Amino acid sequence: MFKILEPNKIFLITSKAPKYVMILFILVFSIGLVEALILSPEDYKQSHSVRIMYVHVPAAWISLGIFSSITFLSLCGYIFKNKHFFLIAKSLAPSGLIFNIVALVTGSIWGKPTWGTWWAWDARITSMLILAIFYLLYLIAWRIFEDKEQVIKITTLITIFGIINVPIIKYSVDWWNTLHQPASINIMSKSAIHSSMLLPLLIMSAAFALFSLLIFLMKYNTELIKLKNKGLDRL
Amino acid sequence: MYGQKVKLRFFFILLVLSVLVLTVFLVLKSLEENIVYFKSPSEVKLLTEIDSKKIRIGGMVKKNSVEMSANQINFIITDFKNEINVTYSGVVPNLFSEGKGVVTEGFLQDRNFFKASKILAKHDENYMPPEVKSALENK
Repeated sequence: MFKILEPNKIFLITSKAPKYVMILFILVFSIGLVEALILSPEDYKQSHSVRIMYVHVPAAWISLGIFSSITFLSLCGYIFKNKHFFLIAKSLAPSGLIFNIVALVTGSIWGKPTWGTWWAWDARITSMLILAIFYLLYLIAWRIFEDKEQVIKITTLITIFGIINVPIIKYSVDWWNTLHQPASINIMSKSAIHSSMLLPLLIMSAAFALFSLLIFLMKYNTELIKLKNKGLDRL
Repeated sequence: MYGQKVKLRFFFILLVLSVLVLTVFLVLKSLEENIVYFKSPSEVKLLTEIDSKKIRIGGMVKKNSVEMSANQINFIITDFKNEINVTYSGVVPNLFSEGKGVVTEGFLQDRNFFKASKILAKHDENYMPPEVKSALENK
């Protein structure tokens, strides 16, 4: 099972993919920027500062999505005793952390003109900060532990503890009083964002997802080449 | 299809996750008082004693309640059940307006009167262009 994940086989695909992903990213990102900065209307209440949303929200989504993926991959690696999964998880983490930081920073920039403060210790913002700390822990663990068996165990543990935080981030705005507003987009009901503003949001999300994929592929290829240079056929 | 050991590890992970979720749930439940960013006017009315600690109260700015004088703003925070009078001197954020969300930080004088030292605007999850907003209002 999972023969495709063997470094020799997957490298044939992942070494060719980045340039296509890059072209697609530039294309989607340019359309997204034009939509978000020029074509989309201003908000009735916030006027132009609503445009920060088109960076803030996709960045937060991607960072949550990547942490969930890392956990899923680590658990698959543990359950199926297959080390290829951990290599993918490790390569995903940097872009997740970057987007987590982007979400925090743009949130702060957005908070000042709208709420009147750079930072509030409310449940949403604090739990997002905790996610960033888990990302950092995860990446640091990969750096400092030499022994492969050990690093796999420790990083999997970190993801298991960290994943509890993900639903807390999602539902923090519903469970507790927070300064942060509740979710505007809901799968079950009509979105509270007007369609002219939803479009740039979705395009920017696609662009950020492509960017993550690009960074992931670059990191993953580096990891695969490192393995090859060590003469190993797996982690 | 999968070996016995794979199944065993799968259920072990499930068990670990459920124990963790339960633990975190209980911890959050007991800390609820401190996790909420602000109290609503109704919760303030239920306070048994008014201490001199700084607290935050949030809700809606009641329509037609804002009175601005030279260096002071008075308004009423409501959660549509209970109300609290707020007095504040200083700059209010751009999004502060009647009928919109607000969070104030300061000191309770008594159950009906709050002296704010900071005002934050809380906006809702609705985003739309101005034309759509006016079209909605004309309906």
